[in-house]
Amino acid sequence: MGAKPVAGEQTVKEFFAMGGYAFYVWMSFGLTFVVMAAITLSTVLQRKQAIRLVKRKAQINSNSDSVSGQ
Amino acid sequence: MFQWFHRLASLKNFYRLAEIITPWLTVICAGLLAVGLYRGLVVAPTDYEQGESYRIIYVHVPSAWMSMFIYMVIAFCSAIYLIWKMKLADIVAQVSAPMGAAFTFLALSTGSLWGKPMWGTWWEWDARLTSELILLFLYIGYMALRNALDSPAAGAKAAAILALVGVVNIPIIHYSVEWWNTLHQPASITKFDTPSIHISMLIPLLLMALGFKLFYLVNMLSKTRSVILEREASTSWVRSRLQENKL
Repeated sequence: MGAKPVAGEQTVKEFFAMGGYAFYVWMSFGLTFVVMAAITLSTVLQRKQAIRLVKRKAQINSNSDSVSGQ
Repeated sequence: MFQWFHRLASLKNFYRLAEIITPWLTVICAGLLAVGLYRGLVVAPTDYEQGESYRIIYVHVPSAWMSMFIYMVIAFCSAIYLIWKMKLADIVAQVSAPMGAAFTFLALSTGSLWGKPMWGTWWEWDARLTSELILLFLYIGYMALRNALDSPAAGAKAAAILALVGVVNIPIIHYSVEWWNTLHQPASITKFDTPSIHISMLIPLLLMALGFKLFYLVNMLSKTRSVILEREASTSWVRSRLQENKL
């Protein structure tokens, strides 16, 4: 607070300012990040769902096997 | 060659192959994106005309390339599915479509975010932008058609035909900047004789583009494996994998 900005701090500020185009540049990169994160999440969820389905089917099959075995 | 093709087409073998290569691809993809981002946002110099706004290129162009690349994958798989009834090709096309739509959306929206400060408008009905928007509608139509018909097989076949018909749009997108007098700038990369972009700006772009491609590949392989598991849930190989706890 009130202290002179050090050189490194200034560079970081400049970096985020993007020469006045901060909104457009960071919106573009942010949007891309969000969409790619959503794709990754859907991939992970899809895999979990598939494994759940396989386990459920195996359960049903083993139940019907034991029933028919009686 | 045909035997190799046939073996890959077996869902079980594909599952195993994808399982082995996915971790490697994931690591390479993360590395490419990390280095590409750093070199694109920090190392690459400021553009003398566009200032810092040109850095949008590092997400815009890879997204636009992916939007067309994934469409070509879908069209190629659709042809294989229609000709040889190969189930694997249909699954790859099915899981690719939402990702293709997502990258088309990114190409359009990041293009819009770039167009506002540079051209002074968010949107213009010019040939490049309009044909890219048509691509988005093709993806949406493809996904809707798959789910619209009563039997999944009929839906897959109808969607495959739509995908093949829609291929005409791809060269239209690519050449739109040459055929019509558009607002969009002409290609700066694909003319390899004299690329109109400096090497220090080009390298991060190529790193990002390759990273995006691997990102798609990793997700496509994993999603394909998930669909294979669901379709083959009752087969002996899936069962024995479940027992070994190695799904």
